[in-house]
Amino acid sequence: MSKVLVVTSGKGGVGKTTSSAALGAALAQAGKNVVVVDFDVGLRNLDLIMGAERRVVFDLVNVVQGDAKLAQALIRDKRVETLSLLPASQTRDKDALTPEGVERVIGELREKFDWIVCDSPAGIERGATLAMRHADMAVVVTNPEVSSVRDSDRIIGLLDSKTARAEAGETMEKHLLLTRYDAARAARGEMLKVEDVLEILAIPLLGIIPDSEDVLKASNVGCPVTLHNPGSGPARAYAEAARRLLGETVAVTMPTEKKGFMSRLFGRTVA
Amino acid sequence: MLSVSNTTLPLPTIRIRGRSFMALIVVPEPPFEAWLAALDQQMARSAGFFVDRPVVVNLAAVAETDDDPATVLAALEARDLRIIGVEGVEMSLLRGTPWFGATLAAPGREGKPDKFIEVPETVEPAAPVAEPTVEAVERRPSLLINRPVRSGQSVVFEEGDVTVIGPVSSGAEIIAGGSIHIYGTLRGRAVAGLLGGAEARIFCSKLAAELLAIDGLYRTADHWGHGLQGKSVQIWLDDKELRLAALD
Repeated sequence: MSKVLVVTSGKGGVGKTTSSAALGAALAQAGKNVVVVDFDVGLRNLDLIMGAERRVVFDLVNVVQGDAKLAQALIRDKRVETLSLLPASQTRDKDALTPEGVERVIGELREKFDWIVCDSPAGIERGATLAMRHADMAVVVTNPEVSSVRDSDRIIGLLDSKTARAEAGETMEKHLLLTRYDAARAARGEMLKVEDVLEILAIPLLGIIPDSEDVLKASNVGCPVTLHNPGSGPARAYAEAARRLLGETVAVTMPTEKKGFMSRLFGRTVA
Repeated sequence: MLSVSNTTLPLPTIRIRGRSFMALIVVPEPPFEAWLAALDQQMARSAGFFVDRPVVVNLAAVAETDDDPATVLAALEARDLRIIGVEGVEMSLLRGTPWFGATLAAPGREGKPDKFIEVPETVEPAAPVAEPTVEAVERRPSLLINRPVRSGQSVVFEEGDVTVIGPVSSGAEIIAGGSIHIYGTLRGRAVAGLLGGAEARIFCSKLAAELLAIDGLYRTADHWGHGLQGKSVQIWLDDKELRLAALD
């Protein structure tokens, strides 16, 4: 049984692409056949994050429009055998995606893969609605701040009304992934608390990803953080989240302040 | 001689009213004898359906045959159809009918094709409306929503009360003809008493609203300050002033 998972948020810059790559890689490491699909046509990033930018020949738009076969556009990851990427086109825009074409491509992907992770573009327009259209479940990526929470709330409303599942009267499984969580700032009241976000959004928590330089480092070298530095806080949190997606019961680890007194005093120079 | 003086009397104001109603479009098809027989049968099965309904006759199919539109129109009139217009035919073919020289029926609203109407089989022949003997208590329908109302969602229910079991998010709105009850945190907008309902009230188990309105009178969060924030609150209209009070 293949699962189509959309990673979405409404707001931009909260970590959708990072999370798509990290979760996709973690699921693949767990032995699943995974494809990560970049729906951000015109602003493609996933290929960079996955380190495949120099291997892109055909893309999602080519496949949707029937100019290339799916097998031609899929890029297999060099590090994890069961991980593939379907890149977006950088030279086109979202109008190049047709609902029928997307439905056909998702159907073809379902035959090949266990997990289809759709990296949604920001916004609530065509690209985002097409990315979520055929999803079985959704990961809503949210930062602990009010504008991100409100946008996520809007997206949850769309997931419950505009998806094929919702229109068929079925329920859409939705999970909250809280990213860029800074325990120190949350303790000082500079960020929304986890409870506050959960109270507003009222969907189950999939994981809390600590704000960390490891994420940026991994992005810069084009490697999902779960592969680049598996021991790091974010990598462990993503790996846990992936296990929860696979149905395991894993307690959510609350990121804590791990810096000592001295390093807090001299945080900048020591790090 | 009636003359209009342009100095003394002010001209009366011209009041123009608009009305939209549904006309039935009847399309006679050849062979007409059979079609008329089918119509008779339908009218017998759905007694009362055609009574007093405005009818527009589309003669496009008639115009393509040798039959005389006048005969067809006369046959329809003989069945007591209330014909208000004729369409789909050239004016010259209507010579000899009362419709000659009349304006042909206007098309529907631009771009909107005619809807097909299912004729109900058992329409009561315009039953006499029972006189209400006692002043009936006004029945207010209500709408129950038992899930969160998310940002960007708008629930509009002009007919009566709205009850929400769950939160109403920031950027969401509930608009009700009657009162609004929210068993959850109200973070968005609540607009009650939409159609002149000064009696309407808003209740919420936790107030964090952006805007509250009753009967057109609205207040934003700035107005009520922090005192009631997070409390169970009711909101009502008191002599054109919006009042808020904690419920407990």
